[in-house]
Amino acid sequence: MAIIEVQGLSYSYPDSPKPNILDVNLTVDEGEFVLITGPSGCGKTTLCRCLNGLIPNSYGGAFSGRVVVDGLLTTEHPVYEIAQRLGLVFQNPENELFCTTVEREVAFGPENLALPRGEVRSRAEEALGVVGISHLWDKSPEEISGGEQQKVAIAALLAMKPRVLVLDEPTANLDPLSARSVLNILAKLNTESGVTIILVEHRLEMVAHMADRCAVLDDGKLLLIGEPDEVLYSEAVDRMGIGIPKAVKVAKRLSFGSKSGKKPLSSRDLADIIRGGKQ
Amino acid sequence: MILFEDVSYSYSPGRYALEHVNLDIGGAELVAILGENGAGKTTLVKHINGLLKPQSGRVTVSGADTKNSTVAALARKVGLVFQNPDHQLFAETVEKELAFALVNFAMPPDEVSRRVDWAMKEFELTQYRDRPPFMLSGGERKRLALASVLCYDPQILILDEPTTGQDSRQKIRLASLLKRLNGEGKTVLVVTHDMEFVADFIPKVVMLSKGRVIAEGSAEEILTNRELLMGASLLPPQLAELSWDLALQRPTIDLEQVVSAASKLVGGSQR
Ligand SMILES: Nc1ncnc2c1ncn2[C@@H]1O[C@H](COP(=O)(O)OP(=O)(O)OP(=O)(O)O)[C@@H](O)[C@H]1O
Ligand SMILES: Nc1ncnc2c1ncn2[C@@H]1O[C@H](COP(=O)(O)OP(=O)(O)OP(=O)(O)O)[C@@H](O)[C@H]1O
Ligand SMILES: [Mg+2]
Ligand SMILES: [Mg+2]
Repeated sequence: MAIIEVQGLSYSYPDSPKPNILDVNLTVDEGEFVLITGPSGCGKTTLCRCLNGLIPNSYGGAFSGRVVVDGLLTTEHPVYEIAQRLGLVFQNPENELFCTTVEREVAFGPENLALPRGEVRSRAEEALGVVGISHLWDKSPEEISGGEQQKVAIAALLAMKPRVLVLDEPTANLDPLSARSVLNILAKLNTESGVTIILVEHRLEMVAHMADRCAVLDDGKLLLIGEPDEVLYSEAVDRMGIGIPKAVKVAKRLSFGSKSGKKPLSSRDLADIIRGGKQ
Repeated sequence: MILFEDVSYSYSPGRYALEHVNLDIGGAELVAILGENGAGKTTLVKHINGLLKPQSGRVTVSGADTKNSTVAALARKVGLVFQNPDHQLFAETVEKELAFALVNFAMPPDEVSRRVDWAMKEFELTQYRDRPPFMLSGGERKRLALASVLCYDPQILILDEPTTGQDSRQKIRLASLLKRLNGEGKTVLVVTHDMEFVADFIPKVVMLSKGRVIAEGSAEEILTNRELLMGASLLPPQLAELSWDLALQRPTIDLEQVVSAASKLVGGSQR
C-alpha cells in the first residue's frame, strides 16, 4: 500500500532562476525504508519540505504536481495535520529547538496531540533513553553540544510516533557510534513496527545496507532509484561525486560488479566474497 | 603556535568540559580533532580564538596569552568557522557576507572584491552572489561560512565540522584547498566526526574524550587502533575495517594498499 505518492512534482522557490524540483515521480509503500542522496544543492531538503507540506504551504513559489501523504493531499491540508502522520527532522535542528529544557522539548509534540499526562511523560522518557541523552533532561537546549542538540531533535520526533519518519541528514553532527545507534533505531522501527522511513544521507556506507531502495537526486531531478547495490554499482553515480562506500570502490577496482555480478556494500560482505567464504 | 598548558574549563560546577588539557600544535600542521559528542571539541577550539578563557591553566597563541587579548584582536590571526553556520551568517547577501570581515579589516575595495570573487569561486557559490544566506541549502550555507573565514586569510584556521552537508566532490575540493593552505604555512585544525574525511585527507589526529586528550599521533596509527577508537565512541574508517575483515597483516587506511592486498587474495583463492 502506498503511503506517499509524489506525482509530476515540480517546484521553484520564489524568484528562483530555475526549477529546484523537476518532474519527480515517487511512490513509497508503507513500511519501506528509502534512502535519498545526491550532491549538495540538488534538492533533497526541498523534497522533504514538499513531503510535509511546508512547500508550498509556507514557502510559496511555483508548485505543480501532487503530493499525497497517508491519504492527505498536501496542498489541501495544513502542515500541522500532515505532521501528525509524517514527522520531519530538519537538517539543522538546533534552529528548531525553542523550549527551556530538553525534556520539555521532547514532550512538546505529544502534549499537542492531547495525550494523557502519563503517556506524554513515558513517551518523552523513552525517546530520551533511546538516543542516549536521559542525563541531559533538565538542560537548556542552548547549553549542550551540537551533537547533543541533534539527538534532542531526533528524540522529539520519535516521541510523536508518526507512521512516516523523514530525516534530513540526522547524523551529520553525531559521533560515529551515536550515528550507528540512531540508524539502528530507525532500522528497528522500520522492521519491527513497520514505520516508513525516508532518510537523506551523504554517508552511504553507514546506511546503504539498511535501505530497501536508494534514490539519487541531481539538479532537482530523480536521476536513479532502485535497490542500493544496483544504484551504487551503476556507472551513473561514479560521475556524480556522491559518497560511494569504500567497499564498493575496492570491489569495483577488482571488477566485481561487472564480472561476477556480486555487489557487496559492506566491508564484511566484500571480505567474505574475497576470501571465498559464505556469500 | 598553539599551546594549551594544563587547561580546565567547566560550564557548570562539578562537570568539566575540559580537564587538564595539554596540547602543543606547532607551525604548519594539518590536524584533526576527534572525540565523542560532548567530548569538549567545540569548547577546546573556542579557547583558541579567545571566545572562552581557561578557568585554570593557560592558552597561548603565537606566544601571546589569550587572557590578555580580545576576541577582536585574535580574529585577524585565528579564523574559526562555527559548527552551526547559522550562528555565523547574518548579512543580506552572500557577497556582503563575504565582504564583511574584509571591510572590517580595512582592506582596499579592489582587494575586497578580488577576495570575494576568489572565495565564491572556490566554494562554488558564485551563482548565489545576491541571494540571502538563509535561502541556501544546508551544504551551501556551510560552504559560505567556510568561505567567509577563509577569504580573510587568517594564519590559523579552525573548522568545526566542515564536512557536514557536503557531498564527496565538495569534500575533495575542501581537502585540497586545506592541503594547499597548509603547504603555504598555515595551521589548520579540523574538528570532525567524519572518519572517512580524516582517513583520506588529514595526516595528524588529536583525540579527545570526556574533556581530556587521550591520544595524539598520525592518522594511520590512531585510526587503525580499535581499542583507542572505541574508547571515544568512534568507529574505524572503512578501509581499516576492511583490513581487519581481510585479516591483512598490517591494517591500513590507504586505498591502494587495500586494493593490492585484496587483488592478491582474489588471485590466491581462484587458484
Ligand atoms: N529558501 C530558499 N529559497 C530559494 N532557493 C533555495 C532555498 N532553499 C534552497 N534553495 C536552493 O534550492 C536548491 C536545492 O536546495 P536544497 O536545500 O533542497 O538542497 P539539498 O540537496 O538539501 O543540499 P544540501 O546537501 O547542501 O543540504 C539549491 O540550489 C538551493 O540554493
Ligand atoms: N553553553 C553551554 N553551557 C553548558 N554546558 C555546555 C555548553 N556547551 C557545551 N556544554 C557541555 O560541555 C560539554 C562539552 O561540549 P562541547 O560542545 O565542547 O562538545 P563537542 O565535543 O563539541 O560535542 P559535539 O561533537 O556534540 O559537537 C558537553 O557535556 C556539553 O553538554
Ligand atoms: Mg539539505
Ligand atoms: Mg561541537
